Amino acid sequence: MSETLIFYVFAGVAVVASALVIGQRNPMYSIMLLILSFGALSGLYIQLDAPFVAMAQVIVYAGAIMVLFLFVVMLLNAPQEDAAEWDRTHPLRRPGVARFGALLAGLLIIQLVWALVRVNDASAAVGARGDVAAISSVRSVGRVLFTDYVFAFEATSILILVAMVGAVLLAAREPGR
Amino acid sequence: MDQATLRFVIQLGIIGFTFFMLINASALLVLAERKIMGFMQQRYGPYLVGPHGILQPLADILKLLFKEELRPKDADKWLFTLAPIISVTAAFAAFAAVPWGAETTFFGLLDTPVKLGVADVNVAVLVVFAITSMGVYGIVLAGWSSNSKYSLLGGLRSSAQMISYELAYATTLASVIMLAGSLSLREVVDAQSGYWLGFIPRWYLFLQPVGFIIYVIAGVAETNRAPFDFPEAEQELVAGYNTEYSSVRFALFPQAEYINMTTMSAVATDLFLGGWHGPLLERWGLGWVWFLIKVGVILFTYIWVRWTVPRYRYDQLMQFGWKWLFPASVLNLIATAAAILYFNV
Repeated sequence: MSETLIFYVFAGVAVVASALVIGQRNPMYSIMLLILSFGALSGLYIQLDAPFVAMAQVIVYAGAIMVLFLFVVMLLNAPQEDAAEWDRTHPLRRPGVARFGALLAGLLIIQLVWALVRVNDASAAVGARGDVAAISSVRSVGRVLFTDYVFAFEATSILILVAMVGAVLLAAREPGR
Repeated sequence: MDQATLRFVIQLGIIGFTFFMLINASALLVLAERKIMGFMQQRYGPYLVGPHGILQPLADILKLLFKEELRPKDADKWLFTLAPIISVTAAFAAFAAVPWGAETTFFGLLDTPVKLGVADVNVAVLVVFAITSMGVYGIVLAGWSSNSKYSLLGGLRSSAQMISYELAYATTLASVIMLAGSLSLREVVDAQSGYWLGFIPRWYLFLQPVGFIIYVIAGVAETNRAPFDFPEAEQELVAGYNTEYSSVRFALFPQAEYINMTTMSAVATDLFLGGWHGPLLERWGLGWVWFLIKVGVILFTYIWVRWTVPRYRYDQLMQFGWKWLFPASVLNLIATAAAILYFNV
């Protein structure tokens, strides 16, 4: 009973916070709400007996990536600057683009509903697979990551490295100075 | 009282005791800092409030409580209030995963032993790391929401600094975790019980000397202490991220800093200094006294360093973090992994 209650608290916080993220005028608030949403998600992971995934979620997303977001927003100091002007002239504000976006959102909702209908017994989804112990063990996560999924893992790290080198290259104005 | 109730009460007592000790740790550290600073500068330090000035922290807190709370006109109201709360909450919460004593039955009071510590988590190392990394938001938001250039610079510096040093810090944690083969701090501590050759304690300090040094340096940087106290460099930034804060809101920042120092030292004790293991006292069920002594020694070193080493230049800090400390920690990790494979530990 109490577990269900805790689940609804975390799920509610995650959904409400995520919805509020896109409704903020001030990007700073959006970032804080996104962090809150990540925190609630990690609470859900703990309820699924996956403490390692929960902590990875907090460390990687809430702890590292969002700090960088914050850093960028602070450096650009976006809220004070011509927000109104930017809003009006932004390409995403054109009616055609907005309609296309609405279409995509509609598709996403249909997809979600379809997926939910296909899963007959949602409550048994995790327990039935019987690999709960495997999810919660860091050892088995590591083993699978470096054997079965080693190609995907290494490819991702190369991708991140490329992005990083690219960012450094773009940021460095003139070499040698 | 039956066992279940007794157990519940004792568990609550342990949590309350930990909280009480943490609050007092910050008060005690304020006093220790000023006393040791006074000693090192050949003067008395606080001397007037109470015998030998031991009530000075209480006087400080009362003074801060009765000060007026100021908020700059254009400050962001919500984030300005939220920032110190985030700082101090993260500081307190991180300690929840730190075990500080062996299992005990309280001299036969309980039939099954309880573990000394707030929560026994099987990924404790990650929990502490995750929650302490949340602390940076307090400082960054304080800097940004104050709407003051000194605060903003302090906040920016702190986020850059904390990201840079978190890498070396986490990599060092990884090498200790590999040695112990567990992410649970309790298991890491228990892996360090006993002696080599009958007299050298099996501390990871002796297996990971480089790791310990990197951990302590990164810990100083993470807690924004001198010589890495750039977020609040007085000569350049007035008081850095907390320039615009006053009264209780201001008091929460130093409190968070001192509690973070305590957590850092407690984790260092668990990871490198054998936690509550030590001669004699452990046999009498008082292992946690060893824990307190070890944490105290590390905290003293923190204060000692602060009043001995001058502050770096900001670019030197970044150079040191990325070009020396981080590569050193990666090499340490590789060497540890190789040694574990070779000796098959």
